[in-house]
Amino acid sequence: MNVRIPILKLRDTLIVSIQWELDDQTAIQFQEDLLAKLHETSARGVVIDLTSIDFIDSFIAKVLGDVISMSSLMGARVVITGIQPAVAITLIELGIRLEDVMTALDLENGLDKLQMELEA
Amino acid sequence: MSNQSSVEIQTEWDIVAARQLGRNVAKELGFGTVDQARITTAISELARNIYLYAGQGKIEIQRLTENGINGILIIAADSGPGIPDIRKVMEDGFSTSGGLGAGLPGVKRLMDDFKIETTLGEGTDIRATKWLR
Repeated sequence: MNVRIPILKLRDTLIVSIQWELDDQTAIQFQEDLLAKLHETSARGVVIDLTSIDFIDSFIAKVLGDVISMSSLMGARVVITGIQPAVAITLIELGIRLEDVMTALDLENGLDKLQMELEA
Repeated sequence: MSNQSSVEIQTEWDIVAARQLGRNVAKELGFGTVDQARITTAISELARNIYLYAGQGKIEIQRLTENGINGILIIAADSGPGIPDIRKVMEDGFSTSGGLGAGLPGVKRLMDDFKIETTLGEGTDIRATKWLR
């Protein structure tokens, strides 16, 4: 039942594509796995792609927000990409603001944004 | 006409089961992707409240037809401690669980109708409806 989310490394960036609905355990496991991978690879950036995710509740939002803050403590920047219109609408209506979070329309733009950020 | 199905909430996995049930019913009723996301999210929040505050309870999903309009009704019922101050929990930003759960005002905004009944020591019954327009 516990499926782990694959984390890929491309040069100095980690790439994560979340492909299925996250349950609580998978989300927490992902948080730990990503931080361990950051530590292990010394990656400087992370792109988390949410294109396949069709809803985000407050718990998943909190896990995502936390993982972004934790990565930043470890010196890595995180970009969230591919948030669907329905997800953006429900998050705001629910009252969740992912403030100070770097976002981009898709994976390609996300990687570009991260590269610019890391070179700046 | 009403047609119902339900999920008992006892573990974190039941939260997933409840929102999947709700999403399937919403899809079958013809709700669009944005409303499906609203309904799924509302169920997830209500199921998590039951899991966090009452320990166990039930999420019931009903199909409604009223004046020729179809809708979906979510009933979140538990026999938990009840809510001491409803006014307070309906304020944005109020949480007693350390930031978990966006709370009931969020669920109210996602749905069309929202009713809450709670009795201290007996439990809470929340009914939230979304109409298909």
